Amino acid sequence: MIGIIGNIMNYDVIIIGSGPAGLTAAIYATRANLKTLLIAGGKWGGQLMLTTVVDNYPGFPEGIQGPDLMMAMRKQAERFGTEFVDEDFEHGDFGTKPFKINVGGKTYQSKSVIIATGADTKWLDVSGEKEKIGRGVSSCAPCDAFFFKNKKVIVVGGGDSAMEEALVLANFATEITLVHRSESLRASQIMQDKVKNNPKIKIVLNTEVASILGESNVTGVELKNNKTNETSKMDIDGVFVAIGHIPNSMKFKGIEADEKGYIKVDNHYRTNIDGVFVSGDVHDSHYKQAVTAAGFGCAAALEVDHYLRGLD
Amino acid sequence: MSDLVFTDSDFEEQVLKSEMPVVVDFWAPWCAPCRIVTPIIEELATEYEGKIKVGKMNVDDNPNFPSQYGIMSIPSILIFKNGAPVKTMIGAQSKDNYRKGIDELLG
Repeated sequence: MIGIIGNIMNYDVIIIGSGPAGLTAAIYATRANLKTLLIAGGKWGGQLMLTTVVDNYPGFPEGIQGPDLMMAMRKQAERFGTEFVDEDFEHGDFGTKPFKINVGGKTYQSKSVIIATGADTKWLDVSGEKEKIGRGVSSCAPCDAFFFKNKKVIVVGGGDSAMEEALVLANFATEITLVHRSESLRASQIMQDKVKNNPKIKIVLNTEVASILGESNVTGVELKNNKTNETSKMDIDGVFVAIGHIPNSMKFKGIEADEKGYIKVDNHYRTNIDGVFVSGDVHDSHYKQAVTAAGFGCAAALEVDHYLRGLD
Repeated sequence: MSDLVFTDSDFEEQVLKSEMPVVVDFWAPWCAPCRIVTPIIEELATEYEGKIKVGKMNVDDNPNFPSQYGIMSIPSILIFKNGAPVKTMIGAQSKDNYRKGIDELLG
């Protein structure tokens, strides 16, 4: 069924992405006896690698550290024979079969593909931001909060992840200002209550970050009230960005996505291209949970198995 | 040779005055993503034995040098050559990425 032509490796399925969706798809695909390659990326594991304790993944009554959960999923996928490439997906040719996927200067061929590239941090896209990522600009309070011990920071965003960032930071920073552009927060009530009851956290609504100030490190921000158009400067040492995520669909030429970048799904996790399937946050604009991503990964792998049986 | 442990008191001797390039993994026990990097760093230490020096530095126990090099995010991997940092890699990355960073320097 599988052979090597020249030095091009052939697979039944290539899974692109190594979060819960990709790794779960790999577990199901290999257990269905499909020759499976997983393009894990230079930074593998997805968004859970940037979290601390995950309390809502079933099966862990005491919670589990996000990175530990991902390492366990990867080991499980390896156990059944998934092959891994720890490099970033470059591009794919989905015009003819077998599909061709380029990674790290090599080409891999496959009868089917599952896109499970998830979503990445959406940055503010204001001046002074990009060059200061890792120098005061962060999207990972669990990783970086320690460096803001006895310092002042802002957190940008109004959802659950912004609340989580603010609460983690409250263990270290002296003063946290939560800046949100709308009239009200959209986080769950339980998270909002935790934030509102924390004396270190102040909430500023109807306000956006206009620019991030500082030479090499962050020294302040310029804020703009979007009701009054008034601007103000604030001296702070860190900016934690939690305004959501952008689906990683840009590199997939020929695969249809909606106006926000989410890959369009037909029934049964099919994309517009026969043989190319999708799972996880790259197509899911609604649930965005680790456990739903894992579920989508399982479903996509079952569909791939079904599809390949039809081909044989 | 396995990987080393650097501290504020021996950093100058071990890293800055080293004849070989030195890979330093800045980490802390509370940092979950750092746990992914630790085994990779240990493997790289064995793989590049004799060509580079590889070690870890706990930022909790050693406040001086990490802040001198502006470490505000971990895991951060810095590669030092002739007493100065020449490459910075922020965030947990794959072994291949680290290998590439090292190979670039070794030429």
